[in-house]
Amino acid sequence: MVTESASEFETQDLLLNVGPQHPSTHGVFRMVMQVDGEVVREVIPYIGYLHRGAEKLCETMDYRQGIGFMDRTEYLAAMNAELSYVMAVETLAELEVPERAQWIRMILVELNRLASHLMFMGAFGVDVGVFGTPFIYAWREREAVIDLFEEISGDRMMYAYLRPGGLAWDVPTNFVPRVREVLTAVRQGIADFDGLLTKNEIFIARTKGVGVISAADAIDFGMSGPSIRASGVPLDVRREEPYLKYNDINWNVITRTEGDVYARYLCRLDEMRESVKIVEQCLERLQPGAIMPEKMPRMLRTPPGEIYVRTEAPRGEFGVYLVSKGGNRPHRLKVRSACLSNLQALRHMTIGSYVADALIVLGSIDIVLSEVDR
Amino acid sequence: MRGIAKSMLTTLSVFIRPPVTRFYPDVHRPLPERDRAFPLLLWDKEIDEPFCTGCHACERACPVECMTVLMKDNPNHKSVGGTSGRRKIIDKFWIDYARCMRCNICVEVCNFDAIAMNNTWAGHETSVHDRKDLVMDLQQLTTLSHNGAIKEWVPVLGKANEA
Repeated sequence: MVTESASEFETQDLLLNVGPQHPSTHGVFRMVMQVDGEVVREVIPYIGYLHRGAEKLCETMDYRQGIGFMDRTEYLAAMNAELSYVMAVETLAELEVPERAQWIRMILVELNRLASHLMFMGAFGVDVGVFGTPFIYAWREREAVIDLFEEISGDRMMYAYLRPGGLAWDVPTNFVPRVREVLTAVRQGIADFDGLLTKNEIFIARTKGVGVISAADAIDFGMSGPSIRASGVPLDVRREEPYLKYNDINWNVITRTEGDVYARYLCRLDEMRESVKIVEQCLERLQPGAIMPEKMPRMLRTPPGEIYVRTEAPRGEFGVYLVSKGGNRPHRLKVRSACLSNLQALRHMTIGSYVADALIVLGSIDIVLSEVDR
Repeated sequence: MRGIAKSMLTTLSVFIRPPVTRFYPDVHRPLPERDRAFPLLLWDKEIDEPFCTGCHACERACPVECMTVLMKDNPNHKSVGGTSGRRKIIDKFWIDYARCMRCNICVEVCNFDAIAMNNTWAGHETSVHDRKDLVMDLQQLTTLSHNGAIKEWVPVLGKANEA
């Protein structure tokens, strides 16, 4: 587009390719930005580098085998992804989950939320340009959490621990003191982040007022999770449609009103404090008891029907739509990924901002590409 | 300025804390007993043969089809003058560690407690130069249990801890 200007030179927008695209690196995202100097004029995202066809794979195997693929759908919060899946199967098969299993599940998903948000803090720090320090701090506490998961389930990321009906096996006998130990470490980690970033003038100058999205726009884009709560919409599936035992304990939905990158960071930081509170209350209510229903069939079959179950994963609403035509495997499985919906707003938030800010905005919505591409 | 000073203070306070890292290849972290690396076959020391009878239960249940199982008549069976009660026994067994996704389902479906997940560091440090070397045969799968180098953990499925 040639504009009438004092200069006799024609200016032309530059196409800038952002992102690695080697298929062996996990979680790659590519976007082509049309830049005018340093200002972004257009963003074209390219997704699908990590597409594995997990939904289709789940349709070829029985309900227990599908759990492993749900882990890999969202590898940073695998327990949340598993929970949505097993809850969908349970609702369809009309299984009653014992009390103790529900409390343990709640502790585990909240701990997983902590691990995931810690990962966000570290990666976001790197995006902003504080290379190293927050990343290492975040991984120190995240390590404590995933060490605990390893002691419980045996694996550090792909737990495959929840089963339709309850849990695969019981937690170790020293579970409660170990969780308390981890909570102490995480509380220290939250305090570290608070001290390191929250009041830091450089961090604030870099993030405040960047990538603003209004509440109405956020709703239009179908955003969820901390990304929409930072815009002032108190949307939390744990409150809207309580599952597990979220109705029985005291906790708050964290919202901010600014809707910028800094608000999204603060929202996650406060959410971590809430999660610590939730886990503490769960530990007090945890009683010995059964972890699976009395009568479990050897091979789980579901009656024909369809169900949509959603839970609040660290990145937003993680939904599983399950269609059964009877038998031991899903006829159709659809994963509603929060990251994919949040990613839709990227273009809206970045156009008109600087190139360097575009990367911060991308970091602030905390996408996991394996969940986007599935 | 005060915010930056606070950040510096945080970094300083971390600096004087004891380190949490280890010199990994030299110092190994102790692994919990439930740790899952890759599946292994267990060795029945009383009769000196594998527990596995080659019943194909794990092969059928494996979501990624990483196992190949072949069974044979047990040459050591009581009916032919041997000491073993197993009529059939495993002949050949391959597990492709490159395909395995460590979901623990093979351990859960095994009727003879013949397979367990490796919970030692040997199971994690399996890097090889050629991908074909990750296909383990029966001898490689049973060695650790045969030598007594592994103390396996077989999960008690769906049962609560005894109080």
